Amino acid sequence: MALLELKNITRRFGALEAVKDVSLSIAAGEFFTLLGPSGCGKTTILRMIGGFDEPDAGDILLDGKSLAGVPPEKRPLHTVFQSYALFPHMSVAGNVAFPLEMARLPAAEIKRRVAEALSLVHLGDKAAQFPHELSGGQRQRVALARGLVNKPRLLLLDESLGALDAKLREEMQVELIAIQRAVGITFVFVTHAQDEALALSHRIAVMRDGRIEQCDEPDKLYTQPANRFVADFVGKINLFDVEVLAAGKAALKLAAPGLGEIAASDPRPLRVGERGAFALRPELIRIVDQKEAIELKNRFFGRVKELLYLGDVTLYKVELANGGVVEALMTNAAPGRALFHEVGDAVAVCWRHDAGVYLRN
Amino acid sequence: MAEVRSRARELTKWAVTLPPTAFLVAFFLLPALIVVAASFREPGEFGGLAPWPAHSLDAYRFLFGDVIYLEIFARSFAVAVLTTLICIVLAYPLAWLIAHSPAKRRDLMVLLVVLPFASNFLVRIYAWIMLLGPANLLFTPFAVIIGMVYVHLPFMILPLYTNLENHDPAWLEAAQDLGAPAWTRFWRVTFPLSLPGIFAGSALVFIPVIGIFAVPELLGGTRDILIGNLIKQQFLEDRDWPLGAALSILLTVVVLVLAALATWGARRRRHGAKAAP
Repeated sequence: MALLELKNITRRFGALEAVKDVSLSIAAGEFFTLLGPSGCGKTTILRMIGGFDEPDAGDILLDGKSLAGVPPEKRPLHTVFQSYALFPHMSVAGNVAFPLEMARLPAAEIKRRVAEALSLVHLGDKAAQFPHELSGGQRQRVALARGLVNKPRLLLLDESLGALDAKLREEMQVELIAIQRAVGITFVFVTHAQDEALALSHRIAVMRDGRIEQCDEPDKLYTQPANRFVADFVGKINLFDVEVLAAGKAALKLAAPGLGEIAASDPRPLRVGERGAFALRPELIRIVDQKEAIELKNRFFGRVKELLYLGDVTLYKVELANGGVVEALMTNAAPGRALFHEVGDAVAVCWRHDAGVYLRN
Repeated sequence: MAEVRSRARELTKWAVTLPPTAFLVAFFLLPALIVVAASFREPGEFGGLAPWPAHSLDAYRFLFGDVIYLEIFARSFAVAVLTTLICIVLAYPLAWLIAHSPAKRRDLMVLLVVLPFASNFLVRIYAWIMLLGPANLLFTPFAVIIGMVYVHLPFMILPLYTNLENHDPAWLEAAQDLGAPAWTRFWRVTFPLSLPGIFAGSALVFIPVIGIFAVPELLGGTRDILIGNLIKQQFLEDRDWPLGAALSILLTVVVLVLAALATWGARRRRHGAKAAP
């Protein structure tokens, strides 16, 4: 049985429908992420799970029991707030002890559990300090320890890494995964950062305008996006408007204005003449010399128009003979060579017939 | 170049701070020193001070020799404590309400709190005479406390409101999320974090109340005189300036000690409270 179930949740604010008929099922032990741009309804869903907001329609079930009308302080789940919301007048140990004191555990037990939680987040030596004496990353850890210390059924994390700088963020991501694995508590994470969602989650629900566009594992989401929005929101991608010229499992032919004829594949029965989009990740494209013989079905000639050197990889923008622009990502993994192509080089871009995805309109 | 600029800055600093400094020296520091000096002199035959160099410690001997003065000090202290406590209890819910009102309404409510200052303090005390007289409450300790609370309540509301307004609403949400019911949230989060506001307000209420003479004189009976009345009496009626000066100094010392304690307490509390992320 699912640990947490959202059944046809709807939430309106005046005329605005912030959450529209959302259903979700989250298993025990899962690291589940709600991903979407700001205003997509992800935080509203989190607040409804936490009990700070109630759905206008639908029900939220925890262990099969409805949470309707249960106030936040009675729900066996905790939130790590975006601003951390640490109590400024309490020490680190005082903050972490707070939920245990609310649960009326004996003092000795509280002391033991606080020490345990602080060592889990590597803050054992900071117990006596106050929040304003800590760095952003350390505050984040205290908030995490406070949320985990009395072993809630569910931990909600609201944009919890958003306030950290890039390097610290990456460190915390690694640590968050390790901590979640160590404690085995179910995490529901809210973020607008797709790279963070991909790195952390077992499953991701991509949201837009109050609806779930796709709910899948990170690699599925990335390689098989369900629609244009998901394809575009998660990672970098080339999107071309296309028309189906010939259907067939491995012999799909698509006409793309500005590009030409694309060989692709799709297991679904498609209708000749239907329109959609062809989505292709930049790292699946190879850039070669025009003269180089290559056994790939898709090959288009063009010139390097711009390039973005990023150290480990370079992003090339190639303008094709008939006007289309393709973005290709190449690793710079050849020793002693910085760049493979210069701006203005005549090149060919090519990819396997099964590299891209056809998206129906 | 840099030297010229730093000298100009130095000059500006002096030009700006000199007038208020001069004012304070002339009208605050010097008079205070005169009062200190007067307390060691002898009273003149017809008021004022006896001619120089007559001096003595009589005023202080008298002051500490008669239990009545300590009694009046104790009474003043009790009235000030009681007034401060009543002000805290009355001001807290109001300050909380203002801090949790929509931003637009907040300014109006603050304006209403300070509105009584638009009319003269004595006029407002006379208004209380009109109100308390017919109710047979005039010239009682009760009337004194009412007057004190009425006059000083805004000085408790404003700092408390300023403090409460700066509380991050996420603190309360976090407390609730972690299992704290409403009362616990107040006592464990809101109240301790509002202590700097309470300290500031208490200083603003307690210090004027302990020295005030107009309210007890107008609303209290003959047995309700406080330290302020006593000091006034020495100068205007009993014509014992040295004793009046000695009483003033004792009062000042008491107030300074209490103010130092309050500041110390507020700083210790603020230590944590300013850490809002």
